[in-house]
Amino acid sequence: MSVPVEITINGRVFSGEVEPRQLLVHFIRENAGLTGTKVGCDTSQCGTCTVQLDGAIAKSCTVLAVQASGSTVNTIEGLSDGVDLHPLQEAFWNKHGLQCGFCTPGMIMASEELLRNNPSPSREEIRHALEGNICRCTGYQNIVSAVEEAAGAMGGS
Amino acid sequence: MFPSQFTYHRAASVAEAVELLNGNEGAKLLAGGHSLLPMMKLRLASPPTLVDIGQVAELKGVSADGDGVRIGALTTHAEIAGSALVQERAPVLAEAASRVGDPAVRNRGTIGGNVAHGDPQSDLPTVLTALGATINAAGQNGERGIAAADFFTGLLENALDDGEIVTSVSVPGVASGAGTAYVKFSHPASRYSVVGAAAIVSVANGVCSSASVVVGGVESTPTRAASVEAALAGSGVGADALAAAASAVSGDFQGDAMGDVYASSEYRQAMAGVYVRRALEAAVARGG
Ligand SMILES: Cc1cc2nc3c(=O)[nH]c(=O)nc-3n(C[C@H](O)[C@H](O)[C@H](O)COP(=O)(O)OP(=O)(O)OC[C@H]3O[C@@H](n4cnc5c(N)ncnc54)[C@H](O)[C@@H]3O)c2cc1C
Ligand code: FES
Ligand code: FES
Repeated sequence: MSVPVEITINGRVFSGEVEPRQLLVHFIRENAGLTGTKVGCDTSQCGTCTVQLDGAIAKSCTVLAVQASGSTVNTIEGLSDGVDLHPLQEAFWNKHGLQCGFCTPGMIMASEELLRNNPSPSREEIRHALEGNICRCTGYQNIVSAVEEAAGAMGGS
Repeated sequence: MFPSQFTYHRAASVAEAVELLNGNEGAKLLAGGHSLLPMMKLRLASPPTLVDIGQVAELKGVSADGDGVRIGALTTHAEIAGSALVQERAPVLAEAASRVGDPAVRNRGTIGGNVAHGDPQSDLPTVLTALGATINAAGQNGERGIAAADFFTGLLENALDDGEIVTSVSVPGVASGAGTAYVKFSHPASRYSVVGAAAIVSVANGVCSSASVVVGGVESTPTRAASVEAALAGSGVGADALAAAASAVSGDFQGDAMGDVYASSEYRQAMAGVYVRRALEAAVARGG
């Protein structure tokens, strides 16, 4: 039996009939066609599926699409205006904060929440905020440096 | 991975949730979904019906309750960690909530789901037992309170009757002057506690006047460290005295210590002594 779902993603309303067991990450990727958000572990641990659900980061592989009906979701695609990169995207580029790039959408969405709550985080605080995001390539040093640089560019230090 | 099929209901109130739960054979509540959905994706659980309580406003929030706090079942770990009232009246609970999983897990997971799930690797059952909290439940026969010490009855088992839901948790305020601490050994991938230790310690004239010490992660339910508490009663609180008291914890495990590929039961028990010592040191340092 399908259920109606309506979710506002990056400011645009997406509605559809889905099975109750459909996960939010699949609604984002398949119904909305926004494939920036990845599925990595699928066991709630790696964070590459991280999106912002009503303003707070969530692992979208561990939320049902129907649970999010009526909510607002922001994904990596919503971060830039399509012309200029967001300071976090710019900084991940400058600081080599990515190699394969698979973890990057989740890293950036989690970092965005951190900088909103704490504009000038220490390296330790950055690591703590990214505890739920796993990277198999970079060794994290450059990710932390990228978030530091973005904080500076956004007016923090 | 997908869960197997189920019917979905969204409840608007506690009364409606109780009705839906009782009217659908095998139905399960869905709160933050951060214990239930992973189990359903692995097909370790396949409930035919889910009753989503995620939008029930009356289950959310923290309020003052006598000298303690009352925390709605749907309050998230992030909200508990950030609550000024919890930080002031039961700082050890705010500390434990701030160490659950990672930031995304803390944004979704709720105290009601955490206690109802009863995972031995969880943090809140350990701390709520140490604090002497009460779990408030509602069902078809009305409401009742269950002491945390009686609530956790086994691995993923609790004292709720069928069709009962957790509505809130009442936490007594910590006595003024008492020092508290929660320390944990986080699993490196999931951040669940391999071992967690909660300590609430009062000191008068350099001597321990009361102590509540509870360990999680070793047995299937929180272990009250009665031998440690007895060793502390009337004892000094210097480093040697605390270390000696902490080592008594080995006498508190009743032989059902758990082990897995990551940490054997012997290792967990050995680490319990270390983490109890650290919790006692931190609690004593913060008291006064
Ligand atoms: C990657 C990861 C890491 C984690 N790390 C930790 C950790 O370090 N420490 C820790 O303590 N926890 C950890 N958790 C678990 C997390 O805290 C869960 O959110 C929590 O245990 C369950 O809360 P929930 O709201 O998500 O419940 P749900 O998953 O929605 O429900 C869990 C169970 O409780 C029942 N239930 C839910 N609400 C109620 C209610 N009000 N009344 C009666 N029954 C109810 C459900 O039917 C279900 O059986 C982790 C989870 C993940 C995914
Ligand atoms: S895919 Fe969601 S946490 Fe890994
Ligand atoms: S850049 Fe490859 S996983 Fe992080």
